[in-house]
Amino acid sequence: MIRLQNIEKVYRTDTVETLAINDISLDIAKGEFLSIMGPSGCGKSTLLNIIGLLDEPSKGSIKIDDQDTSRFNDQQMAKFRNQKLGFIFQSYHLINDLQVLDNVELPLLYRTSSAKERRDLATEALTKVGLSNRLKHFPTQLSGGQRQRVAIARAIVGRPQIILADEPTGNLDSAMGNEIMEILINLNKNDGTTIIMVTHDENMAHKTHRLVRLFDGSQVQ
Amino acid sequence: MLKNYFKIAIAVLLRRKFFTFISLFGISFTLTILMTTTALLDNVLSPSYPDYKRDRSLYADRVTIKNSEKGWINGSSMSLNFIKRYISTLKKPEKIAFYTFGRTANAYVNNKKINVEFKYTNDAYWDVAEYDFLEGKSYTKQQLDNAERVTVISERTKKAYFGDLDKVAGKFIELDNVNYRVVGVVKGVPRSNRNYYGDVYLPYTVSKSKYEEQGLMGNFGVTLLAKSEADLPAVRAEYKKMLSKVPNEKDFDKLYAHADTIFEDFARRLFGTDDSSGFGKMIIIVTLSVLLFLLLPTINLVNINVTRIIERSSEIGVRKAFGASSKTLVYQFLVENIILTLLGGILGILLSLIVIYFFNQSSLIPDLKLSLNFTVLSVGLGLCLIFGLMSGVYPAWRMSRLNVVSALKVR
Repeated sequence: MIRLQNIEKVYRTDTVETLAINDISLDIAKGEFLSIMGPSGCGKSTLLNIIGLLDEPSKGSIKIDDQDTSRFNDQQMAKFRNQKLGFIFQSYHLINDLQVLDNVELPLLYRTSSAKERRDLATEALTKVGLSNRLKHFPTQLSGGQRQRVAIARAIVGRPQIILADEPTGNLDSAMGNEIMEILINLNKNDGTTIIMVTHDENMAHKTHRLVRLFDGSQVQ
Repeated sequence: MLKNYFKIAIAVLLRRKFFTFISLFGISFTLTILMTTTALLDNVLSPSYPDYKRDRSLYADRVTIKNSEKGWINGSSMSLNFIKRYISTLKKPEKIAFYTFGRTANAYVNNKKINVEFKYTNDAYWDVAEYDFLEGKSYTKQQLDNAERVTVISERTKKAYFGDLDKVAGKFIELDNVNYRVVGVVKGVPRSNRNYYGDVYLPYTVSKSKYEEQGLMGNFGVTLLAKSEADLPAVRAEYKKMLSKVPNEKDFDKLYAHADTIFEDFARRLFGTDDSSGFGKMIIIVTLSVLLFLLLPTINLVNINVTRIIERSSEIGVRKAFGASSKTLVYQFLVENIILTLLGGILGILLSLIVIYFFNQSSLIPDLKLSLNFTVLSVGLGLCLIFGLMSGVYPAWRMSRLNVVSALKVR
């Protein structure tokens, strides 16, 4: 489903050139739950951002569903992300000025859905993550675990084929982390969603189908 | 989607109340000044009491003669001779009104001197202008032809001369030792309407000076009333043809006596010359002045908006991640900004209403009543939109250029 070939990412400033990703090739199958691990600064999040089309590689190609994403313009890229991808961030990145329901509806605003359709889908997603009683709350009124569940609901509301999770349990205690992990595993098992997760946690990583290890920008496992 | 943008816009405004206050104050204050000025100009230039036929009127009140070789210029209002010999021969106008400007006389009441501004007019003057007669009527052609000493006075003059007397038609008013019989009392005209303002109106035939000068220059102005607005070009063409046949004064080789619409007249006074009406120049200068006046609050709002964008980097990054294109984000931000400026506009309208109320109450210019009509409100709304776009475009462009990954890193 996802094919990365010879991906390289170099960050350049006036004085320094940093090789963040060094010649990584990777195939990810449909329905796979993949973990990416490695020490801090090894390029895990950079790789995830490249797969999620949030960043461009300096070299190499990415194909998702046989589509070469390097040919996309801004509009096509945005549409592709909206239709195919969902994101879960370590810091949740919820919009504090909007209620939970409005946060979850966000991806649907960029589709041609009616207000009722958006509301129904968002409610369904929140029910799936066990937050149907928090629709009118604001993110600041929720615990960390609840916020992350809202973020998961936002990621799945548009029924994307692929979810990219960047340390989704990184800011949570172990109990809440396990709850979140359960939700992700169920999504993968029941809905067949392909999930790519960056994590520091070995226990979480071993619950997934495959583990990829990075070190200094290169794949070592 | 608009409802979502509206919610976000209000939430962002409430987040930093002080900055919001500064923004709204700047917008509303600027708009108050612009709308009050528009209300004033609307009163001067749009059909208003008693000049309701402005849209089919041409005004001619000045004659200029030049010696192009020696550079001599002489200019003044028109003489009665010029009007009677030349202008009165025109066939196209439905009516031709003529009147004098700015002459004063003294009246004495209870040992108190009242200085009044009087106007000599012809009979057609009362057909062209639509005065509100509170009492009586205008003097007739017959009274004019007979040089009867009759007069129409303003409500203000009635109060000043006759006090609380209810009916004054038939009574006499003494001006510069001459008695005139009052035949009518009219609602006052604001001084801003130079052509029709007067405290006292008299038939021109009772003038002591008789206005028998032979030259082109004197103390009169003219309103040419066309049958319809569409007929104005034909009236103007006939007037120009007539003018071309007027012989030049001795030692002068050029003659100018323009018949302008109210806009052209206004523009010529401020920006024009005898050779050009200055209308185009006026439009450019007014537009630039408005834009310059809007510039300061715009720059202020641009700065505040750019700061807000940095604060909202995370939100922008999330929106981009979940499918908002740069174009969509620019649109969102412009909508949010226009909501802010419309809020400022509503405040501006309220403030304008208050300012106009106090202006009207103060009688700064007697009989001048300003109002916020559809024209003024449309101008205000238009300015809000321009302002919203001007102050939103640059920050929106900056927002759309934010790299998603960098934006998401900002806490």
